[in-house]
Amino acid sequence: MTKLPDAETLLPRLAAELKPHIAPATAMIGLYTGGAWLAERLHPLLGMKDPLGFMDIAFYRDDYAKEGLKHDPKRTKIPFEVEGRDLLLVDDVLYTGRTVRAAMNELFDYGRPRSISLVVLADRGGRQLPISAQYCGAQVEVPEGMRLRLKRAANGRLSLELEHAG
Amino acid sequence: MPGNPQLNANGELQHLLSIEGLPREILAQILDTAEPFADVTEREVKKVPLMRGKSVFNLFFEPSTRTRTTFEIAAKRLSADVINLNVSVSSQTKGESLLDTVANLSAMQADVFVVRHGSSGAPYLIARHVKPHEHVINAGDGRHAHPTQGLLDLYTIRHYKKDFTRLTVAIVGDVLHSRVARSLIHGLTTLGVPEVRVIGPQTLLPAGVESLGVRVFHDMRAGLKDCDVVVMLRLQNERMNGTLLPSAQEFFKHYGLTADKLALAKADAIVMHPGPMNRGVEIDSPVADGPHSVILPQVTFGIAIRMAVMSIVAGN
Amino acid sequence: MKLLIKGGRVVDPASGRDEVGDVFISEGRISGKKEKADRTIEARGLVVAPGLIDLAARLREPGYEYKATLESEMDAAVAGGVTSLACPPDTDPPLDEPGLVDMLRRRAKALSRARVYPVGALTVKLAGERLTEMAELAEAGCVAFSQANMPLADTQVLWRAMQYAGTFGFPVWLRAEDRWLSQGGVAHDGEVATRLGLQGIPSFAETIALGSVLQLVRATGTRVHFCRLSTAVGVEMIRAAKKEGLPVTCDVGIHHVHLSEMDLGYYDSHCRLEPPLRSQRDREALAAGLADGTVDCAVSDHTPVDEDQKQMPFAEAEPGATGLELLLPLLLKWGTEKKLPLAKTLARVTCDAARVLGVASGRIETGAPADLVVFDPQQLFRVTPEALKSQGKNTPFLGYELAGRACYTLVAGSVVYESGA
Repeated sequence: MTKLPDAETLLPRLAAELKPHIAPATAMIGLYTGGAWLAERLHPLLGMKDPLGFMDIAFYRDDYAKEGLKHDPKRTKIPFEVEGRDLLLVDDVLYTGRTVRAAMNELFDYGRPRSISLVVLADRGGRQLPISAQYCGAQVEVPEGMRLRLKRAANGRLSLELEHAG
Repeated sequence: MPGNPQLNANGELQHLLSIEGLPREILAQILDTAEPFADVTEREVKKVPLMRGKSVFNLFFEPSTRTRTTFEIAAKRLSADVINLNVSVSSQTKGESLLDTVANLSAMQADVFVVRHGSSGAPYLIARHVKPHEHVINAGDGRHAHPTQGLLDLYTIRHYKKDFTRLTVAIVGDVLHSRVARSLIHGLTTLGVPEVRVIGPQTLLPAGVESLGVRVFHDMRAGLKDCDVVVMLRLQNERMNGTLLPSAQEFFKHYGLTADKLALAKADAIVMHPGPMNRGVEIDSPVADGPHSVILPQVTFGIAIRMAVMSIVAGN
Repeated sequence: MKLLIKGGRVVDPASGRDEVGDVFISEGRISGKKEKADRTIEARGLVVAPGLIDLAARLREPGYEYKATLESEMDAAVAGGVTSLACPPDTDPPLDEPGLVDMLRRRAKALSRARVYPVGALTVKLAGERLTEMAELAEAGCVAFSQANMPLADTQVLWRAMQYAGTFGFPVWLRAEDRWLSQGGVAHDGEVATRLGLQGIPSFAETIALGSVLQLVRATGTRVHFCRLSTAVGVEMIRAAKKEGLPVTCDVGIHHVHLSEMDLGYYDSHCRLEPPLRSQRDREALAAGLADGTVDCAVSDHTPVDEDQKQMPFAEAEPGATGLELLLPLLLKWGTEKKLPLAKTLARVTCDAARVLGVASGRIETGAPADLVVFDPQQLFRVTPEALKSQGKNTPFLGYELAGRACYTLVAGSVVYESGA
């Protein structure tokens, strides 16, 4: 059984990787829920001018016809102008790429960014769309029928965990 | 008797026919889902692609521009296709039954029917006969229910007052004929509002109204005392000079909302009205346009609520 | 033809007889003599009772043949063990002309099913303005005069109509309803109507009219039969009136004995009835009143309605329920719930109804017409549209399992219905 990497170990490495690329105009948006947790930890380490943005992609998913509105959607809060910006989109796990596609579509309804880069803690492969992460904590192999999830303990400690899908 | 016609086998909302009979979890789900939709209505791009490819048929047997327009706006902001059908009285007189009308529309691949009808219970009849993938939203049936209005009223109250469990809410006016009042009363009692009051003359209160869980007041000043929320109901013209009320003037004197009567409520009380208002009959202009009034925000919230309802039912 | 009904449980409410025995029939009447029979009906395990007398069954002719026909409804009657029925005058045109009454009676007689007793219109076109030629109508066969479901608002006309009927000794059958208070109403004015947003008919719409008519009975001495009582207060008022010695009787629709406003559910238009289904308290008072005899009899108030007219929003649906075939099973259900002896239960649709109607049938005794029903009190059947012979499938009891199906129905000694035939 592959041992999962420790999220708390990956986090500072990811921040170190990002730091040189942060410009004054760079802003960050975390995707609910795991991406938001990750972004909340990364943001203060990177000294960005703008506050952290949060996004829920519920209204942009491509599986509404099949699944309906699955969870109660949270509120997207982007407290800065998207127009002309270099944005860092943060998610916990990169898998099929559909979440990121939805996030990009939603982002473009707020304005026209200059660039979007994707930051993820773990990439588990299995892409169904031509999407890749510019900053990635670790590649993780996930056994069939399992799901890779970021969990947050009561004390705030982040950890990657496997659970059964479906 | 069959189970709740609004819920599917998994207990999810498949039709919205009435607030009565909905568990509080579902009411909360709708209110919670409306919040991000309210954000969408505030942005520049007021559209999301969620219901692209879905068709919403507005089936209005009773004329209404406001409600129909808000449903249309809500559906379009979800990227759904909207078809408006104002079924005139004459085509009904031609003999096509309600169910025949619906069956014909069914053949046109509808996903959601938004129905307004003059007869209480009409949406239930329709919901019994639509196909499994078709959903019915009641936009007002007779004097029975107007659930989306009730929900947007609840949303408005929650927005300004936060905690339902500490409120005193007064509903004033023609409760007898009001589907808005009935829906709101059910919503308030389900969400745990400790005191719901109805204020009006005996002629405008229905039989056994206390059984809905309300306290009855005939004296408006007594009824408004220490209220957190005052909801004024519209008084229709037909009611004013007949056997129920002698005149608009007398009604306004005793049951119209003026600043001096409002002063009896709490200092931070909010004033609501489902619209359209009859200024000088149920409410005077200084109050309608004053600092306590949240009548205009109600309208905005109405779009978000209808977006939430449509996207929840059409997805189940 | 000589018939023998052998070994059944013979129940004759008029005499109180309830024992296993044989019934001999000769020349259309109950015979006292044990003779060799041309036909023997095995009735072991079955009940042999007088044929039911239903004081209100709409046959829909003349005028409403698209809803139902005399044939289909007469078939329904005898399938339900009903051997005599009175039909209200609200046909189209209403039964206000001797010619119409005559034609109806002849048509019914030619079908050789149940006996039909037309109730004539009290006023021309039931409009509540001019008196009908009651004597002529009586000669044509009318047994009483009524306004059906058209309340007579003009008390002056009502008074004169009662006086006129009383002159000839004709009874007047009235449903007590104040037209102004009931106008536009579709349900009982109470909690359910308030929740469902339906316009209500308050209880006092019935009791105010009841009080007025009782005063007129005192003044005229005319015999009045009150149709389709629906309120607890109404039952009390009748009880007091009878105690006073007034010449009044009353009936209750069998649906109102079992159902209340709670049964409207999610706008079930099969429960759209006139008078409306009222509160549980009212229902209990009606069921108790029928048990203690304050309410003289139960009727079906049979009203076949096309399903299209029922598949409409509640207030727009046509009121009425089909009931000829369900009168017996629903009556038995009531009797069981009230723990009454079978003879007492059946009295309310046999000898007691006969008394109101003024006919000699409704009893099993030597010399009486051989109008009988042989039924199975135990076997359950499911109420489905296919199981009903009436063209009206509109019943709130669809899907229910009931007991009390007729196996044989006889009118004037002839077998007019045989289940399994």
